[in-house]
Amino acid sequence: MTAAAPSAAPAALPAVRRARALHAGAWWVWALGLATAASRTTNVLLLGLVAAVTAYVVATTRGDAPWARSYGTFLRLGLIVVAIRVVFAVALGSPIPGTHTLFTLPQVPLPGWAQGVRLGGRVTAEAVVFALRDGLKLATLLVCLGAANSLANPARLLKSLPGALYEAGVAVVVAMTFAPHLVADVARLRAARRLRGRDDRGVRALLQVGLPVLEGALERSVALAAAMDARGYGRTADVPPAVRRATAVLTVGGLLGVCAGTYGLLAASGAGYGLPVLLLGLAAATAGLRLGGRRSPRTRYRPDAWGARAWLVAGSGAAVAAATIAAASYAPAALDPPAVPLAAPVLPLWPAACVLLGLLPAFAAPKPPRAAKSPAYAATSKRAAQ
Amino acid sequence: MIRFERVSFRYDGADPDAPPALGGLDFTVPEGELCLVVGPSGVGKSTLLGAVSGLVPHFTGGHLTGRVTVAGRDTRTHRPRELADVVGTVGQDPLSHFVTDTVEDELAYGMESLGVPPETMRRRVEETLDLLGLADLRDRPIAALSGGQQQRVAIGSVLTVHPRVLVLDEPTSALDPGAAEEVLAVLQRLVHDLGTTVLLAEHRLERVVQYADQVVLLPAPGAPPVVGPPAEVMAVSPVHPPVVALGRLAGWSPLPLSVRDARRAAAPLRERLAGRTPPTVVGAAGELLVEARRLAVRRGRVEALRGVDLTVRAGETVALMGRNGAGKSTLLSALVGLHAPAAGSVRVGGAVPHRTRPAQLLRRVGLVPQEPRDLLYADTVAAECAAADRDAAAPPGSCRALVAELLPGVPDGVHPRDLSEGQRLSLALAIVLTAGPPVLLLDEPTRGLDYAAKSRLVAHLRGLAAAGHAIVLATHDVELAADLADRVVILADGEVVADGRAADVVLSSPAFAPQTAKILAPAPWLTVTQVGDALAALEAAQ
Repeated sequence: MTAAAPSAAPAALPAVRRARALHAGAWWVWALGLATAASRTTNVLLLGLVAAVTAYVVATTRGDAPWARSYGTFLRLGLIVVAIRVVFAVALGSPIPGTHTLFTLPQVPLPGWAQGVRLGGRVTAEAVVFALRDGLKLATLLVCLGAANSLANPARLLKSLPGALYEAGVAVVVAMTFAPHLVADVARLRAARRLRGRDDRGVRALLQVGLPVLEGALERSVALAAAMDARGYGRTADVPPAVRRATAVLTVGGLLGVCAGTYGLLAASGAGYGLPVLLLGLAAATAGLRLGGRRSPRTRYRPDAWGARAWLVAGSGAAVAAATIAAASYAPAALDPPAVPLAAPVLPLWPAACVLLGLLPAFAAPKPPRAAKSPAYAATSKRAAQ
Repeated sequence: MIRFERVSFRYDGADPDAPPALGGLDFTVPEGELCLVVGPSGVGKSTLLGAVSGLVPHFTGGHLTGRVTVAGRDTRTHRPRELADVVGTVGQDPLSHFVTDTVEDELAYGMESLGVPPETMRRRVEETLDLLGLADLRDRPIAALSGGQQQRVAIGSVLTVHPRVLVLDEPTSALDPGAAEEVLAVLQRLVHDLGTTVLLAEHRLERVVQYADQVVLLPAPGAPPVVGPPAEVMAVSPVHPPVVALGRLAGWSPLPLSVRDARRAAAPLRERLAGRTPPTVVGAAGELLVEARRLAVRRGRVEALRGVDLTVRAGETVALMGRNGAGKSTLLSALVGLHAPAAGSVRVGGAVPHRTRPAQLLRRVGLVPQEPRDLLYADTVAAECAAADRDAAAPPGSCRALVAELLPGVPDGVHPRDLSEGQRLSLALAIVLTAGPPVLLLDEPTRGLDYAAKSRLVAHLRGLAAAGHAIVLATHDVELAADLADRVVILADGEVVADGRAADVVLSSPAFAPQTAKILAPAPWLTVTQVGDALAALEAAQ
């Protein structure tokens, strides 16, 4: 691959970017590592620290592609989650006992069959704080996912899928790119409503463009399907029937093994056979997928290379996860402080230092130079906005 | 390379009494030819192209009789994906063609599907990037490219597979003249250097007909085609570029297809016309309806318009021209208040568009957008008209009357989606005109229109201008601008670079000059109609 690198291109050209691009999987491992860390704690300060770490890494290393903007969307989604969690805790009450009453909502009397459900009533500071922490945990998880999405193009992750799964993966990715198209369509059609002298704001406007937007989306997907078919999507190679049967047996058997093994591992009684069955199942499923890959004649264009930087990035995420899990059993009170009685959260020093390990990608990952804004770029963003 | 043997085709659910979508096709396209499919819109050009790539009937359904073979493979037994290594297809809308999201991945996608070895893929991608001039864009997201760039990526994405046949549906209709020439130059190179067979459908014949080796004319739906050398077919074709119209008018034989050939034949005509000049357009001195002063519009981080001055008076027709992404559509949108100015001011009919409520603005200015379908929500023409009357608070039936005038013979119950491109445009135009706005804006109105639909549109717009409307149209179509506009404004990079009488502006630059002007230069004739009128006057004088 290195031999074929476009040596003539000056170093400043974006051509270098692809060659230096980090393996998409590394970003996902990193993000999932941070997400694991977030899932192990309800300490508001630690959660905030995790979110801040992702924000810093995203800010320093993301490119200017459309998917790179998804971080903000996930951040907003996270805030909505927190808000919903708190509103529910206030309106429906909370099982958390508390003594600090903030205010009392008028309680709606409910019939007998709805026992255990409460509407309104006393709202305690403890309950609100508990809900806030809970919501914040979920929000941080979302933010971690958003970071992965904006740093690694989901389509590039496909390149690392086994051949047998590739086509399903393409379908998923195409489906995912639909949302941005829909948003652009809605914006365009709402603008068109204005041209007909109707208001372009409000829920009614949104509802009235719904049908044309869906129609457009459907037409586009049909056109895309035709284009993909004409470009060889779904071509299969001839394989002997024996191989086909072996593939089916291995894949199905392997997946069953994985299920049984996982159950064994989780259930207290099956600890003895769990691990071997799981491993056997995994091996069979892998073999099945590899054999299945023979049916697809696909080859791969410049798959991402997993290099030293990818190890560093993935390693930092894994380290954060491992350290937080360890800390959770070592100092549970610091990571999961009790909601009752109320107390200001304390930043546990060592776990915080471990979370900071997640900052490593900001220094280890290649920084894509932002492409200069050319008129052409202006042209399209404009078209999309119409 | 491509053989049609007694092929006819009928879509499922089509009216059994109606003629089939395709009929009596019996011809061969030899290897290494550029074959052009022409005909009025709705005649089945896209269906014919689909039959070559196998999408018709495998993907569309319907009943195909006869046999289509491509490189010896029968499309009946080979599905489109099994033809993918010999046929490369690019449809009308390049955006719906893209599977991946960056240029380089898109170029590789087809080869990946076919199982081309990685080293070969790498080499071919580099070659194709160079061939199409895309090397600087290789890592760019496709969504961030301009229309011309996207069209080139779409062509490149099928070229990397090294198909022996390339099928293109209107590859240049969305492009500005410069980008269209780029794409056609690439096609020329493919045909001449690689021996690729190219099958191409296009409405803008003035751009492509001189490159064709063979022309397939579809005169009417289901009617047998006229196949032959371009000059012979053009002599009888109902759709033809201005150069052919001029040649027919002047009785040149053989019929010239390119400006060069026509210029050689035109010496006697130039002599006959010497001393005569086309009627000069009297500048309209009506009321000032549109006024933009130092207008700047920002879109995100991009300055889409900078310091634009534009005035349009009642009765005046102004053509906005310039390459894809120059800011033409933004300017039109700013005139209807879709964008607030970042600096400067806009007034349309005395109102500030972005501060005016849509219902009131409707009576001052109307815009027919690039995709007229965006304006249509209802599921029948009648319902659409009723809604337009309500929106405009016009007496019931006024929109329907306009539709009847612009689009005679369209039944009430038909779904707007089932109308042809030109009919949809007329419907959108009627809806916009229902409110009677004195200012009418059209964005790229001739895209996908055949010559007949275009001349109907021109006649309508002339009538509206004569009735005192101010018309502004953004277009890539130099022939339309020459035919219709009193004034031409050229935008580049968000700035006005030329603003003047149509004749002066289009004659001063070859990129924007219509064919007639190029043939008869230095005399300032712009359209075949002008020449025809002058010749008639000459004869009457004798």
